[in-house]
Amino acid sequence: MKESIQIRWHGRGGQGAITAAKIVAKAMFQSGYPGVAMVPTFGTERRGAPVFTSLKISKDKIYDLSPIERPDIVVVLDHVLLEEGNITNGLKEGGILVVNSPCSLEEYHYNGCTVAICDINSLAIKAGLPEGTINSGIIGALARVWKLVDMEVLIEAIKEEFGDRRPEQNALAAQLAYDNTLIGG
Amino acid sequence: MHIIDSGNVAAALGVKLSRAQVIAAYPITPQTPLTEKLSEFIESGDMAAEYVPVESEHSALAVCIAAASTGARAFTATSANGLLYMHEQIHWAAGARLPLVMCVVNRGVGAPWTIWNDHQDSISQRDTGWMQLYVNDHQQIIDGVIKAFMLAEEVMIPIMVCYDGYLLSHTYMPFEVPSPDQVDAFLPPYKPAYALDPANPANLNTVTMPDVRLDTRGVTAHGYMEIRYLLQEDLLNAVDVMGSVEARFKERFGRGGDPFYETYRCEDARFIAVSLGSLSYHLREVIDRLRDEGIKVGIMSVHLYRPFPADAIAQGLADAEGVIVFEKALSYGYEGALCSDIKAALYPVNGSKKKRPFVHNYILGLGGREIKTAHLHEALLNSCTSKASAGRAPQWIGLKI
Repeated sequence: MKESIQIRWHGRGGQGAITAAKIVAKAMFQSGYPGVAMVPTFGTERRGAPVFTSLKISKDKIYDLSPIERPDIVVVLDHVLLEEGNITNGLKEGGILVVNSPCSLEEYHYNGCTVAICDINSLAIKAGLPEGTINSGIIGALARVWKLVDMEVLIEAIKEEFGDRRPEQNALAAQLAYDNTLIGG
Repeated sequence: MHIIDSGNVAAALGVKLSRAQVIAAYPITPQTPLTEKLSEFIESGDMAAEYVPVESEHSALAVCIAAASTGARAFTATSANGLLYMHEQIHWAAGARLPLVMCVVNRGVGAPWTIWNDHQDSISQRDTGWMQLYVNDHQQIIDGVIKAFMLAEEVMIPIMVCYDGYLLSHTYMPFEVPSPDQVDAFLPPYKPAYALDPANPANLNTVTMPDVRLDTRGVTAHGYMEIRYLLQEDLLNAVDVMGSVEARFKERFGRGGDPFYETYRCEDARFIAVSLGSLSYHLREVIDRLRDEGIKVGIMSVHLYRPFPADAIAQGLADAEGVIVFEKALSYGYEGALCSDIKAALYPVNGSKKKRPFVHNYILGLGGREIKTAHLHEALLNSCTSKASAGRAPQWIGLKI
């Protein structure tokens, strides 16, 4: 298999995991990665049910659209999902786990992985977004721990994606999350 | 301009750039976002077309048949049971020689109910007289729709552009959107030789006698069989027309150039896998692995399935020792339809002493069953290394029974 970075996103229906992954895909494409593919795995979707999507990033075209089994990074939009199991399955040793969580960093240990946590719920409210808006903030948390992506490109991609739906507040939520993400492991 | 969006949006942009004038569709997962996008284009004034909301897929195709009969460029899209609900009108559109374009966003067929991907829906419409194009990624979706209008209108036969539900329809990837000027220069407006006209009334597709007869002007008119023979002749000739459309497309847009199928590492291959749609791109990963392991194997991705480019396919496979056909559909009671078609293409018309390749058939991914790269690797490795015959019945991958 050709070199690729594989990011698996876990959230609940309605939280915007797919939108967040799409924004990162666009930012990576603009940053010189022509091979990006964001493949949502669909069940019978409904609000609140666990959902996940696979984002593959490469310098070459992505030909394999199957769900990610060995992620480099796992992003979790709701920390309660971690208790429901299977979320970190296959996460590579030395990989990265990004969690939206109000809990302390000490509570998270995943065999040699870097863990980044951020209380995005409260930061998003501080940024002027309605309660429960996670998808812009989680991008800031990812950018803090994952050095490959440039925050400025992401902020522009966020503003573009949200268009007339509070672009400045969403950009601010990402910036606040970037500034307040704790990293351990 | 490059954008990153879903396969359904790629299809909608292709329809918009092709300046379709009438859209009639009924929502069904996973096709729905495609027709929603078209209705948005029309509502916002971005696209000059009439969107006709209907109460069923049967009516959707009936509206398109009527629209094309008046000389309008018409488009519809559906999936699975929606396609099957159209079935009677599907035959009609082909017999009436109307150059409709329909996207089939491939989904498994009930019962039992499934919303996930396989190819049973469009494969089951193989013998209706429509052309069928299978595409592998978003670039091929948008380009395929534009080419489909040109091909359909040059041969006056309808065409389905088939792409995988979810795997392509709901996946986001980059693709190039050509400019309206580029597409206008490639695809001329639809001008049929005859279109319904109140000033010049006519009956279309009335009861046609078994034998030829003189019409009201005293000219010998075709019987049913002559009309059907011409459909078959024109379908067979459409293979060459597709070659010409593809060449013109490549000249103008600099992409494509493979009208019938796309090959990967087939030049010196002893074994060739064959497949339709995004699965054939997934198989490239397996081909690379097997090549690293020293097995000379390649993949042929069939784009044009009807008319079946039998000569080109036979030529592409003739020198292989083995052909391994991976299918997400089945002619129940026998084997995969593509497998049967390939075997027939390899059977020489005049007989031959030359040894023909073995043909193995794998059925997989039905109703969205996950296709694991490791399973594909195991199956292809078995076929490339096992000396024993696999038997006549197709083998199943990923079955848990």
